[in-house]
Amino acid sequence: MKTINNFNLNIPSRSANESFARTAVSAFVAQLDPTLEEINDIKTAVSEAVTNCIVHAYKEQIGKIYISCAITDNNTVKIKIKDNGVGIENIEQAMEPLYSSLGGERAGLGFIVMQSFMDSIKVRSAVGKGTTVTLTKKINSKFTVNGN
Amino acid sequence: MSVEINVTGEVVTAYLKGEIDHHTAREMRETIDSAVELNMPSLLVLDFGGVTFMDSSGIGLCLGRYRNLLKSGAELHITSASPNIYKVMRLAGLEKLAKLSKEKTNENNK
Repeated sequence: MKTINNFNLNIPSRSANESFARTAVSAFVAQLDPTLEEINDIKTAVSEAVTNCIVHAYKEQIGKIYISCAITDNNTVKIKIKDNGVGIENIEQAMEPLYSSLGGERAGLGFIVMQSFMDSIKVRSAVGKGTTVTLTKKINSKFTVNGN
Repeated sequence: MSVEINVTGEVVTAYLKGEIDHHTAREMRETIDSAVELNMPSLLVLDFGGVTFMDSSGIGLCLGRYRNLLKSGAELHITSASPNIYKVMRLAGLEKLAKLSKEKTNENNK
């Protein structure tokens, strides 16, 4: 798979940036002419991943969130969301539906939303070092980005 | 993002507007909770007609209110969710806890 177009975005883990991050990704993906549902799926998944960085990875402190987004030659969007936060000790448990280490107002559905709204999700994490979530989705549009 | 509260008898309706995420959910939650505390309704209606985006923070918002209402035996209805928002709600199985009704067709537009 060849990368046709891409962008990188580094933002501080402030909750006001959740909206900015998902809007930036969806504006970039718009060049593939996705359906409203596809664009909303991507927006929702990105929102979940970025929120995880803010509420889990960096908790009370402000750290950097690194977002990289690429469009490959088979109309696939690949979004990488990385933090240098606390990391996840047990990824399997963190991905279980309704599990939330925070309880209360968090539904514990972040990873489930990412899994069901995207084609694939890959989570790599090291305790004390950080977490990288990679999300991919193929856009079924008639358009192709020709790299010009 | 905003919440408009309407009280009619024992029914409190919260009209939610804008985008619901972790950032905006807190203020919405506070507005709804203070209206519920003040009016002690037997039914809380969360109207999602004006919501343009929602991630799982919106589910947290519904679940949190549901838990609070359980204490007083009040009911929760969730109405007017657009297809995209309904998709997140269905994924969370919200229909098992609250009465869920989809987007209303706007009679005025016909």
